[in-house]
Amino acid sequence: MAEAHPVGFQWVMEAKRRGAKVFHVDPRFTRTSAVADSYLPIRAGTDIALLGGVVRHILENELDFREYVLAYTNAATIVSDQFADTEDLDGLFSGYRPDTGSYDTSSWQYAGHEGHAEITGTGKERDSAAGLRHESHGMPVPAPAQRDETLQHPRCVYQILRRHFARYTPEMVERVCGIPQDKFLELADAWAANSGRERTGALVYSVGWTQHSVGVQYIRTGAIIQTLLGNMGRPGGGILALRGHASIQGSTDIPTLYNLLPGYLPMPHHADHETFDDWVDSIRHPGQKGFWGDSRAYAASLLKAYWGDAATPENDFCYDHLPRMTGDHGTYQQVLNMIDGKIRGYFLLGQNPAVGSAHGRAQRLGMANLDWLVVRDLFLIESATFWKNSPEVATGEIVPEQCRTEVFFLPAASHVEKEGTFTQTQRLLQWREKAVDPPGDARSELWFFYHLGRRLRERLAGSPHPRDRALLDLTWDYPTHGPHAEPSAEAVLREINGYEVATGRPLSAFTQARDDGSTAIGCWIYTGVYADGVNQAARRRSRHEQDWVAAQWGWAWPANRRTLYNRASADPQGRPWSERKKYVWWDPDAGEWTGYDVPDFEKTKPPTYRPPEGASGVAAIAGDDAFVMQGDGKAWLYAPSGVLDGPLPAHYEPAESPMRNPLYGQQANPTRKVYEHPVNSVNPSPPEAHSAVFPYVFTVSRLTEHHTAGGMSRTVRPLAELQPEMFVEVSPELAAEAGLTHLGWAHLVSGRAAIEAKVLVTDRLTPLRVDGRIIHQLWLPYHFGTEGLVTGDSANDLFGITLDPNVLIQESKVGTCDVRPGRRPTGPALLDLVADYRRRAGITPQRRVPIVTTDAAGGGDAAGSTDERSPQASADEHDGGGDA
Amino acid sequence: MPDANSLYGPLDPAPDAGWTDAQPRMGFFTDTSVCIGCKACEVACKEWNDVPGSGLDLLGMSYDNTGALTANSWRHVAFVEQPRPAAPAADAPGSSVAGPQFLGMPGARPPGRGTGAETRSDFRWLMMSDVCKHCTHAACLDVCPTGSLFRTEFGTVVVQEDICNGCGYCIPACPYGVIDQRKGDGRAWKCTLCYDRLGAGGTPACAQACPTESIQYGPLDELRERAAHRVATLHERGVPQARLYGHDPTDGVGGDGAFFLLLDDPEVYGLPPDPVVTTRDLPRMWKRAGLAALAMAAAAVAAFVGGSS
Amino acid sequence: MGLRTFLAGWPVYRQLTGTDPLGRGAAAQSARSAALTARTETADSVARSVCPYCAVGCGQRVFVTDGRVTQIEGDPDSPISRGRLCPKGSASKSLVTSPLRQTTVRYRRPYATEWEDLDLDTALDMIADRILAAREDTWEDVDDAGRPLHRTLGISSLGGATLDNEENYLIKKLFTAMGALQIENQARI
Repeated sequence: MAEAHPVGFQWVMEAKRRGAKVFHVDPRFTRTSAVADSYLPIRAGTDIALLGGVVRHILENELDFREYVLAYTNAATIVSDQFADTEDLDGLFSGYRPDTGSYDTSSWQYAGHEGHAEITGTGKERDSAAGLRHESHGMPVPAPAQRDETLQHPRCVYQILRRHFARYTPEMVERVCGIPQDKFLELADAWAANSGRERTGALVYSVGWTQHSVGVQYIRTGAIIQTLLGNMGRPGGGILALRGHASIQGSTDIPTLYNLLPGYLPMPHHADHETFDDWVDSIRHPGQKGFWGDSRAYAASLLKAYWGDAATPENDFCYDHLPRMTGDHGTYQQVLNMIDGKIRGYFLLGQNPAVGSAHGRAQRLGMANLDWLVVRDLFLIESATFWKNSPEVATGEIVPEQCRTEVFFLPAASHVEKEGTFTQTQRLLQWREKAVDPPGDARSELWFFYHLGRRLRERLAGSPHPRDRALLDLTWDYPTHGPHAEPSAEAVLREINGYEVATGRPLSAFTQARDDGSTAIGCWIYTGVYADGVNQAARRRSRHEQDWVAAQWGWAWPANRRTLYNRASADPQGRPWSERKKYVWWDPDAGEWTGYDVPDFEKTKPPTYRPPEGASGVAAIAGDDAFVMQGDGKAWLYAPSGVLDGPLPAHYEPAESPMRNPLYGQQANPTRKVYEHPVNSVNPSPPEAHSAVFPYVFTVSRLTEHHTAGGMSRTVRPLAELQPEMFVEVSPELAAEAGLTHLGWAHLVSGRAAIEAKVLVTDRLTPLRVDGRIIHQLWLPYHFGTEGLVTGDSANDLFGITLDPNVLIQESKVGTCDVRPGRRPTGPALLDLVADYRRRAGITPQRRVPIVTTDAAGGGDAAGSTDERSPQASADEHDGGGDA
Repeated sequence: MPDANSLYGPLDPAPDAGWTDAQPRMGFFTDTSVCIGCKACEVACKEWNDVPGSGLDLLGMSYDNTGALTANSWRHVAFVEQPRPAAPAADAPGSSVAGPQFLGMPGARPPGRGTGAETRSDFRWLMMSDVCKHCTHAACLDVCPTGSLFRTEFGTVVVQEDICNGCGYCIPACPYGVIDQRKGDGRAWKCTLCYDRLGAGGTPACAQACPTESIQYGPLDELRERAAHRVATLHERGVPQARLYGHDPTDGVGGDGAFFLLLDDPEVYGLPPDPVVTTRDLPRMWKRAGLAALAMAAAAVAAFVGGSS
Repeated sequence: MGLRTFLAGWPVYRQLTGTDPLGRGAAAQSARSAALTARTETADSVARSVCPYCAVGCGQRVFVTDGRVTQIEGDPDSPISRGRLCPKGSASKSLVTSPLRQTTVRYRRPYATEWEDLDLDTALDMIADRILAAREDTWEDVDDAGRPLHRTLGISSLGGATLDNEENYLIKKLFTAMGALQIENQARI
């Protein structure tokens, strides 16, 4: 956090000053470790084993915040007797289908709900990255569910959790993660101690956590701990995701993502959502609890905002204008399709995949096989110059005279040259005032897309083709100003907020959304940002003039609420858990919820409210159902649906690992998204042969001095000079083993690429004793590329493409490689080197990566024996790797 | 008239330098125990003062690629990688590290290299943002023949770029090796404690940017008080190594306007352990030179007088 | 200028007649030093902005003189950042004023080895042509079962996460209406 979010880290230092204890877990000792009270080096890709150990520690010692757990979580809920755990199936859950590599989730449901599983095969959900839809809410379940308030029923969630995590012992944590038991116990004790009425603990992660083939389950495990300890919805608690870009939260809320529409409404699927009603019902789940019951209004209002007068209840608000998904259309699938010649044109809008995405070579080869490419950026980034200056030009794979891609580089306006809102990592929208005009041809994206749309509509005017109706019916009449006819960002924000169609009056809350066409809302979760016709995101009342919640600085979605689920900051009766931790509470005299924040609850629904029989939607939420967006009003320790790779997290090895999974026969996530494509490959991992060809674990992350793919830092002198060269960090032990010298050159080789870097030998990297052997880890910054003031090889070139099944995010925080002293070869010899490694590793066009590595699935493509998991057997598998 | 301590000893330097409207002496307290080595101070300084680039070299000195305070780097964050010093017996056996004391000098091996992989996680990474000390007795100022270097009303020491003629006398005079001549320009440059911002009641750019309040700016008296508290707190919390550097008005430079809380000996950070103003002996030297001159003159006169007798 | 004023401008005079006989302080202050003011004090305007790097959302104040950004520093009023900035945020002025910034359209013809100049208006027209052609060539109206698809898979987009919400909104709205489904963002990465 100190490394990549230094200013946010001031609050950690503030807490530390007041006596908080700071633990830092990271494969390498960073600037955060330097000021933490305790640093735990971890083998990259094993966080679930560590966190699972903490869950076990809490459960075995009954350290959970029992009152909170009973009232606000599904700990007491009884699960179907058809459910079988990883304990029973050697690392798989019940319902696994080897043919599709996905789960039938019906056996995961609550008892009595088996028939209600809305998803039976999750393959389709995986292709549409359905997990992303739950960013703002959980999956619904039918209510009510059977409960055992004594937590003794063998199939209650609490007992299932105990059995599931029983093997995540301190010994196992040490064996998997390489964290000494005393270090682990120090963490587990401190975490558990910061729980209860008087105390809370916070979990902070950076989004490297999401860049794993089990990324969603990492966060799930953290959520289980924080829920067991009663740290959710309370001040000083929570799970704080440190996102890495100024408005990356906004980019998911108002998504430019293929599977989502604004406000986490799903993009329709051709088969499942043929009609408007199919689509809406798949979101709102008629008859179920929670605020999603009103999603017909949100959906209708969005279409009304898009298509205005043309959108009527009679024509289902132009629902047929929406394009339909048929499968996986994610960025990595797109790149493979580019290589296969299926895509004509590509827009890159302030994004540099040649450096920032996994498998840089695939990215660049894809770009070299387009009809046209539009790059909009501040600088001539690598993704604009791949045709003349890239590793593939050096190897002869891209020959400028033979590369047909037509490239348009359009200069972009910077953040001070346009106005608009960013949504930062805590869902806070902040309006930026414009300071100066952009130079020369530089323009905002707002300008570019508005005028592009205007031209397209002019060209198509009078078109007889039905396909052009969606463009021609579009509301596209934003007021413009200035010499370049810049569209008004405030007018767009007003549309995002939503308005009453008849009067144009801005709405003030999403509860005002209607499904009859009388409201238009661009993004329902943002309704209120323009309440009363005032740009609430532009509010800047000084922190000196308001309380610590600072509710009058910017505007947070939803409803300017700063802490979600804050009903849980009060006990079931609505009283603060303690004076010290009071935040939101029920005022019986006033008959309403009150406190420092906007209560995340219906303002006048008392804690004693119990829904009548047969209630649904908001009315079905009881007065102590603190988790109002969940289908049963409870925080989910166990997720009966919505998470595609299991109702509970289980440790799987990364897709590329030098070692066998010590916990289960199942090696890696059995539902991970794998692309079989000639350009893509996965380095072998046990139980496959030849994993010793790539004996080392590498991980990448950021330096304080640089930003992501470097387009905004390698181009800026005062930053470039602070970290002027690509380097790799290795431990003194690895340096000795591999013959590397401080400040000398090394090159790293994976099945995809070979890159070179200067060597920093440092004690900040440490060899880990894992499962009876020594694992060496290397660390690289991923900021470098071929353009800018400082250049270097790109670390992301080393990665292949394997994705998390829930959200289709790539595993780019851990991989395997070899490292050798000296510079890499240049020209075609570079390709020969990689090809030689591939040959030795058995990476051939015929090879298929084994997905299931246990027989427990009952057949399928099990590729390895499951019972050779003693440390001895495991070490034997790696003899010859030179690393034992 | 100048104070008796004008050239050495405790002194409030601004009134001594003729400021009848002297402001409270302002300075920096840099608390390295909360420094996260982000280098915001280096960048904020360059942005405000339009300091030119200082080169694109990977130095291999941990994360320090600035290297030193120079004419083009007025803040410099030092990074020291070292094994944790031998801990009190209360710690688990085997956790103490008996490595060679790191002296803060760049060498062939990485700084602070420890021994034994088992203890390596107990490694320590120190960071310190260094800056001009704005000495009470500033030798750079004393030797400046042009009046370019001067004492401001805030008690700080500033090079006036319109006066400096690049003679370079100040460079060897600085006991900390801070002030430096800029290549191609020839003039001397260093931290001004953002003289222009101070004049407007502002905070120096580095201190304003510092995310963790490692760099604190304010009246020196207050800072010294705050620093003493901080050291006491750290001692209470089991950080016995915490100590102040440059805070003492009786030290060799009369105390620094920019002083530090360190977690190890100053040498570890590349700071001189016992700096002394290089002009300390100047009065005595002048006195002796004067006496010698008088004696010579007297001898010459005596010779003439004697010769004529 | 009177003699007295003239003399007062002469440091030696000040040194000999003033309170600073050693000439190390008040007497040595140059005319430039005496006239120094912080450029933040004399700026024509100050825009309240937000740092464009990570997602912490630190407040920035952007100072402008004669239409040029002269300083970007932390906004002390912000409850998030309390006026502080990291090195990247602190370098924002250098980012927006970088001499490496491209300010004109660059065009690379198929099979060309160098960039060419291109007029912005022409570029926009050419891009519009190409979008319509790609759409025409790759349009999918219905699936095999006759269910609507209403899309093109011939166009892709990948956006950075430093775009404004308002920009993302128009991007998504326009591409969706165009039938372009494959719209992605850093949020997937």
